[in-house]
Amino acid sequence: MSTASDEKSRQAPAGERVADWADGRLGIYGAAKGMVRKVFPDHWSFMLGEIALWSFVVIILTGVYLTLFFHPSMNEVVYDGSYVPMQGVRMTEAYASTLDISFDVRGGLLIRQIHHWAALIFVAAMLVHMMRVFFTGAFRKPREINWVFGFLLFVLALFTGLTGYSLPDDLLSGTGVRFAQGAILSTPIVGTYISMFLFGGEFPGHDIVARFYSIHILLLPGIMLGLVVAHLILVFYHKHTQFAGPGKTNNNVIGAPFMPIYMAKAGGFFFLIFGVIAIISAIATINPVWAIGPYRPDQVSTGAQPDWYLGFSEGLIRVMPGWEINVWGHTFVLGVFIPLMIFPMVLVVLAVYPFIESWVTGDKREHHILDRPRNAPTRTGIGVAWLTWYFVMLVGGGNDIWATHFHLSINTITWFVRIAFFVAPVVAFVVTKRICLGLQRRDAEKVLHGRESGIIKRLPHGEFIEVHEPLDQSALHTLTAHEQYKPAEIGPTVDENGVERKASPTEKLRVKLSKGYYGEGNQIPKPTAEEYNEITSGHGHH
Amino acid sequence: MAAVVVLLLALAATGGLYAAFAPAGKAQADDTAQSLAIDEGKKLYAVGCASCHGVGGQGTSDGPSLTGVGAAAVDFQVGTGRMPAQQPGPQVPKKKVIYDQKEIDQLAAYVASLGPGPSVPSAEQSNPEGADAARGGELFRSNCAQCHNFGGEGGALTNGKYAPRLEGVTPKHMYEAMLTGPQNMPSFPDSTMPEQQKQDIIKYIESVNSDEAANPGGFKLGGIGPVSEGLFSWAIGLSALIALAVWVAAHTAKARKS
Repeated sequence: MSTASDEKSRQAPAGERVADWADGRLGIYGAAKGMVRKVFPDHWSFMLGEIALWSFVVIILTGVYLTLFFHPSMNEVVYDGSYVPMQGVRMTEAYASTLDISFDVRGGLLIRQIHHWAALIFVAAMLVHMMRVFFTGAFRKPREINWVFGFLLFVLALFTGLTGYSLPDDLLSGTGVRFAQGAILSTPIVGTYISMFLFGGEFPGHDIVARFYSIHILLLPGIMLGLVVAHLILVFYHKHTQFAGPGKTNNNVIGAPFMPIYMAKAGGFFFLIFGVIAIISAIATINPVWAIGPYRPDQVSTGAQPDWYLGFSEGLIRVMPGWEINVWGHTFVLGVFIPLMIFPMVLVVLAVYPFIESWVTGDKREHHILDRPRNAPTRTGIGVAWLTWYFVMLVGGGNDIWATHFHLSINTITWFVRIAFFVAPVVAFVVTKRICLGLQRRDAEKVLHGRESGIIKRLPHGEFIEVHEPLDQSALHTLTAHEQYKPAEIGPTVDENGVERKASPTEKLRVKLSKGYYGEGNQIPKPTAEEYNEITSGHGHH
Repeated sequence: MAAVVVLLLALAATGGLYAAFAPAGKAQADDTAQSLAIDEGKKLYAVGCASCHGVGGQGTSDGPSLTGVGAAAVDFQVGTGRMPAQQPGPQVPKKKVIYDQKEIDQLAAYVASLGPGPSVPSAEQSNPEGADAARGGELFRSNCAQCHNFGGEGGALTNGKYAPRLEGVTPKHMYEAMLTGPQNMPSFPDSTMPEQQKQDIIKYIESVNSDEAANPGGFKLGGIGPVSEGLFSWAIGLSALIALAVWVAAHTAKARKS
């Protein structure tokens, strides 16, 4: 802004002048400089969390619109809206207003479907994002807390989904609420009390929709919004992780600056995500409450499942034998109570995993370079085992749909799930670990002997050989950048004074686990520089 | 001569009166058709049904007794192709219809002759015209949805048995199914579910699950609830978004060479 008064044509653009004006008074640039120059690495898998973030924004935007027309009331009304097959049917105001949103509010059905599809995609994206973080070891120090924040977001999303799914008070969601009430009732001693408290009396009562409404639109999303902000602040503060590669170290981040490049990409990605969800919502029905009918406790439909993310809890109940014991006139409904106890356990094992691994490795250093899943075979095996476990439970939750669509017996599926619940994770663990070790061997082979070029040569004395092309330096670096832990050993059992020390059971357990992670046969030693030099110095072609 | 004339007149009058006042003749002819139908039905039965249901319809270890099931049961089972059964199994599926309607009527006539049972409903009885779909919906959700699903998409029963989809089932067959309770279905005779209610239910199914039914939300995805929706959200929704993420990440901002 030197001699701006000279020529009108050389004046800065309006936007720049406005920014300049604001900056001169608010000091925005100075404050934001650190932020806007923050560097983010580019990799498609780093955008999975972004899918979750943007679909969350879509959910909030559409959710606000829905609140304008939804009546969270269980007062009984007779429907007289424009959907003919429901005219004259008695229903709650909640259900009637959902029908109105679907048929009489402009754009209501589309917004409802965007809201619901975005919710399903949101949770799916969170799970995939979480698995990316898990399999690349991005949860290691200093990111354990952020892992826990992410985990809490996932769990809260499940319950926000459950409460939202229940609001229309249709036959399917009402059955879901009844399911939840049954689970609450199975809690020994306090079950009936909690149920009466939650429902304001006998099920279904007149309160549950209004209560779920406050929880769904205020309490849980409020907490989630706070956690999302905290999650993002920590991402900024820790800086993003990156995969190993030439020039990438534990102390730098290679990528594009937040402003303007990353911001433009992320902003554009938001519109892409909103667009895809809107297209899906425009062509595919979700939760057709008008066809499902209003909830009445005396009615039920087959194929009554929760949305997919709670399908595993449905599976736990469906495959559990209906055990009951009677003690002093009180019934303990183990058939429901045991699944109710396994349900949080399935999730909590994920939350605590980073702490278990850091305890086993004893590694207190910061890690900003990601692992390739194959280079952490035990962790990868555990992750795949968990996913297998989750999927088996999901199959149990949809056992009737599997039965009708694959012409199977529902009883056989149930028994399959009962056995696979225990066996499948173990098989998945072993198989995954073997695959990882195989891939490690292949990497070592590639480093030492180069890439198979597919060119077969015949030597003068008649021997055929395949020409191996040596890898370039950057590929060599990438394949050998990972660090390999040594398995822990039990320390000296006699101290310097000759006094015997007893190894504690926890220490023994830690050593045992550490051997399982890093002991012989549980990781393939990566090629050393000496090995490489010896082979490439010309001492024969293997 | 007079006597001859009188006799002739008397004969003519008697014959004329007989011809005029003999509806019995028509009944006679009907009876003959009925017994003919039974006869024909019996022959068809002997070829197509007797191996499982027994020569006299008394039932065997392979098939239940047909005494008293009525013509409606035959019209449903054979008219939807379920009978004759292709093979034993947890449930006999719907398949291509083998007999034409005349043969089905003959078979029905024969089976109906074995013992009294519900007869085939008339076209007016099963006609849902003017019935109340909303009331039908309530009845359907109270009596049918627990096996057939809220929209008549069918569902699983124990050990490989199932409640079939109701799309494309004719009103007559729906009516007969309610009347007779085929295979694993309970029966809803007129004493527990009057004709009007059956028509309401048929009307409801036609209004939510037929070619004419409106699907305001777009593709139904099977109409079986959250399982197919979850599959769709992963297979189409999240996959599309991940593909987009790959695409966005592949386009790094590079300084333009110009």
